Order: sequence, then structure tokens, then C-alpha cells
Amino acid sequence: MMGRRQLEEVFFKGLMMAATAVVMGALVLILVTICWKGLPALSWSMVSQTPKGGSTLGIEGGILNAILGSLLLGLCATGLALLLSLPLVFYLNIYLRKRSRFALLVRFLLDVLWGIPSIVYGAFAFTLMVIWRIPASFLAGTLTIALLVVPIMARSMDEVLRMIPFELKEASYTLGSTRLETAMKVVFRQALPGILAAVLTAFGRGIGDAAAVLFTAGFTDSLPYSILKPVATLPLAIFFQLGTPFPEVQARGYASALVLTILLLLISAGSRLLTGRFTKHVIR
Amino acid sequence: MNLRALKDTLAERTMLLLCMSVLSLAFLMGAGLLWRSWPVLQTGALGDLLFSTQWQPAQGHFGLGAFLAGTLWVTGIAMVLAVPLSIFTAIYLQEYAPRQVRTLARPVVDVLAGISPVVYGVWGVLAIVPMVRDHVMPFFQDHLAFFPFKSENYTGYSALSGGVVLAVMVSPLIIAVTQEVIRTVPAEIREASLALGATRWETVKHTVLRKARMGIVAAVILGLSRAFGETIAVLMVSGCAMHVFPKSVFDAAYPLPALIANTYGEMMSIPLYDAAVLLAAFLLFAVTTAFNMVGWSILIRLERSER
Repeated sequence: MMGRRQLEEVFFKGLMMAATAVVMGALVLILVTICWKGLPALSWSMVSQTPKGGSTLGIEGGILNAILGSLLLGLCATGLALLLSLPLVFYLNIYLRKRSRFALLVRFLLDVLWGIPSIVYGAFAFTLMVIWRIPASFLAGTLTIALLVVPIMARSMDEVLRMIPFELKEASYTLGSTRLETAMKVVFRQALPGILAAVLTAFGRGIGDAAAVLFTAGFTDSLPYSILKPVATLPLAIFFQLGTPFPEVQARGYASALVLTILLLLISAGSRLLTGRFTKHVIR
Repeated sequence: MNLRALKDTLAERTMLLLCMSVLSLAFLMGAGLLWRSWPVLQTGALGDLLFSTQWQPAQGHFGLGAFLAGTLWVTGIAMVLAVPLSIFTAIYLQEYAPRQVRTLARPVVDVLAGISPVVYGVWGVLAIVPMVRDHVMPFFQDHLAFFPFKSENYTGYSALSGGVVLAVMVSPLIIAVTQEVIRTVPAEIREASLALGATRWETVKHTVLRKARMGIVAAVILGLSRAFGETIAVLMVSGCAMHVFPKSVFDAAYPLPALIANTYGEMMSIPLYDAAVLLAAFLLFAVTTAFNMVGWSILIRLERSER
């Protein structure tokens, strides 16, 4: 005979297990749905050709323009964001003292920036483009995505650098190196896998986002060829394909979604692998 | 001063400058959006702009009321679904789950957080919308046709679909923050409670949750702000083409971010149109920033009191 307390225990444990199952199940459901609908329309020409088909564009050919565009744009934006965030986090963790109020403020503002929706980044960037008369282009899209991922990248790197034991820095200072040398030659090496993981996370976020590139990068059916011309991106390609009234094109949209999902899963797996490597070498 | 020390100082100055410029971005964004939306703010009372449901740009009526209502419906539904789900999941993973489950769950939550919003939208169109249209909606119309459920919209593209998709999108964030907060609760407190004969759930309910209460509030606030600004996925499943004031969870909803995404970039010829849309962007900016500031302040205070 179970008492009331045991009954409550069993009830809530069951509830929690159910909740966990629902969350895990959601991922499975998403992946299965995307594969189920995407696989039939996926073909080699899909990922190796640009859109063709006259008035009902996208009914033939593929989405190579969007795949290449997204990868290039993501690569450039991530590189740019890296140039901004790497010095920033080194400043926070090496130059500033551990209990510095300024560092606290910077971390706080980065967290707040992280929370600002990407559509706001897009709208803000577009107002600047209107003022400076810059058309929707690869350049504008890259800059917007770079700003969007800086907080993500910087905060992830910051967490990694915080885990670096202080003794390591102390040892380097004792040998007479400056803070810059310590940062570049000791801390950077120790944190390298973690930094790469942060870069990959930001890269994944960058190529997956649609709202920020909607106004800034534009869209085109040709391969990316100039930084001052519009560029196609994968999320927008999916969005537009689903928006058409033609079932064939919509089916291709599912296939594009599958391509994007596979891409993001690969990036996520790479990031996890690197994080694992990083924690293996942390000196405890 | 020798060369190495000079390099060190130079690097320090450059880094500080870079730091400042990245941070000023937050202020620049707020100020820029407010400045560009100023013209429409001068045309009428703020109350009219926010609560009027008249959106007829060609006639110069820019009431954001319907869009605000749409945002509230969709985020409200998402939070009602996501909050209990995420908190129970976080407690289970942190307090009950065997090690294998926990190591399996981490990547799952990470991947859920990393999936592109567009893919969530596609999933919503393929799975959630048909389910709402064919099963949920008819059931409620047949058996429970009263206030929040009564609707004439039989397409499935509804506030409910948007809310369900959003709920899945924001739960990884709420789960991660809640887990982090529960982890900081000292083990001794649990041991003391268990030693007094409390069951595990009683320990969680009376000690762990009490200690973690503020942190969980912060997690919910952060999740709420994420849901508030989500654009593409909601745009794809909430039926934004229909422009109505939603009175039911099954009505089409047209949230603020979707309004920006749909109209921005095409309205250059109508006066004040861009200012009105940027006012929507400024509202999004202001609300998410405020929520984030509250959420992170709570978390920072918690982290400091731990030391």
C-alpha cells in the first residue's frame, strides 16, 4: 500500500519523465518530418545546379546558388565576427581583473545583445543602408550577420577562457612575458578547441538565420559573384519556395530544408567534438 | 619603454576601443530605431498607435493593436506550453535522470537550439498545421465552442500553430538556464532534506525549487523575450496573410515581427509607412532589451551570491 507521499512522488516523477520525453520526441519528430518530406525531392541536380524553369522559377534546376551563398556569407560574417570578438574576450579575461565592474557590464550587454531578435538587426541594418544608399548586397548581409553573431561568439568564447586555470597565466607571467604574449602564446593555445567550437556555433547560427538577411542580402538566382550584388541564402530560398503556390516547388523547399538541417547538424557535431577535446585537455 | 611593453599597451588600447564600439551597438540600435520612427510618433497619440486596430497605410492609419494582440496570443500560448514542459524536463535531467540519459539529453537540447528557424517553420507547416486543422480544431468546435476556442478559421494556420512551434523553439533556452540554476543549489541542502525523511519530490519542491525560484523566473523571462522576437517560423505558420484581430487560439495571428518581415522594404512610396514599421521594430527592441536586462540581472545576482 502506497502512502499519499509516495503516490505524489511517483506522479511527479512520471510527469517529469513525460515532459522530457516530449522534448526529446520533438527533435525526433522534426528530423523525421523533414527527412520524410525532403528525401523524395532531394536529388543530385538539386544541390549542383542553379534554379531554372522560366516563369515558375525553381521548378527545375537546384539550389546551388543558395547553398554557396549561405556558406560564403556565413564564412565571411563569421570571420569578421571573429576579428571583433577575439580581442574583446581576451581583453575581458586577460587585461581586466577578475572582479572588474567593467567586465561585468560588458558581459551583461553582450547577453542583452544576444537576446535582441534578428529581425531588429535586419531592420536596423536596412535603415542604415537606406541612409547611405547601399543596395541589398552580399556586403550588407555579411555585415548584418557579423553583428548578429558577435554576441553569441564572444559569450561562448568568454565561457571557455574563464575555464582556463589562473595558474597557467601566472606561470607565464613569472617567466617574464607580457599580457599580450601570455594571451597569444599560452591562453590562445590552451583554449583553441573551445574557441573553434564557439566559432562553429556562431557559424551555424549565422547561416541558419533568415530574418536578418531578408532585407539586407536580397535574393538572386545566380551564383554569388560580387560583394556589391545581392546573394541567395538557404533559409530565404526555403522560405520563398514554400511561399509559392506550386506543390512541386514546395516539395523542393522541403528538400532544401533537409539540406540546411544536415548542414547545421554537421556543424553542431563538429562543435561538440571540439568541445569534448577541449575539456579533455583542461588542467584541473 | 621597450618594444614588448609598447606592443602590450598598444594591444590594450585597441582592444578597449573595440570593446566600446561593440557595446555602443546596443545604444546605437535603440537610438537609430527611435529616431527613424519619430515621424509617426508625432502624428498622433502613442495610445492610438499602440491600441488602435486600424492598419491602413494608404490612408495614414497606423494602428499596431491587431499586431500586438497577435504577438500576445502567440507568445502566450507558447509560454503556457513551454514553461511547465521545460521546467519539468530541467528538474528531471538535473535531479532524477541517470547519467546516460543526461549525457544523451545535452546534445539533443543543443541541437534543438541550433536548428534554423526556417526549418522549424517547415516542420510547423508539415506537421503542426495539418494536425490543428484536421484534429484539434474540429474537436474543439464540436465540443468546446466557447470563448478562447471558438473560431471560423478552418485553415490550421493559427495562433495555436504558431504557439506550438514557438514553444518547441524556446524550450531549449529555458531548459538550459533552469538546469544551470538548479545545478548551483548546494548538494548539502538536498542531503539535509533527504535526511529528514523527505521524498525526492518533496526535496525538490520545498528546498531546491525554493532556492532556485528567482533563477527559474529569469529563465522564463529570457524564454519569453526569445518568443517575442521570433520571426520567420511564426510568419510561416500563424496565417499572417489574413489581417484580423485574433479572438481565439484558432484565429490567424499576425505578430509584430511578421509585420516587419512582410512589409519592410516595399513601402517606400507611402509616407510614414517606414516610420510605422520601424516603430514596431523599436517596440520589439525595447521589450526584448528590457526583458533580457531583468533576466540577466537576476542571474548575475544569483551567481554573485553563490561565491
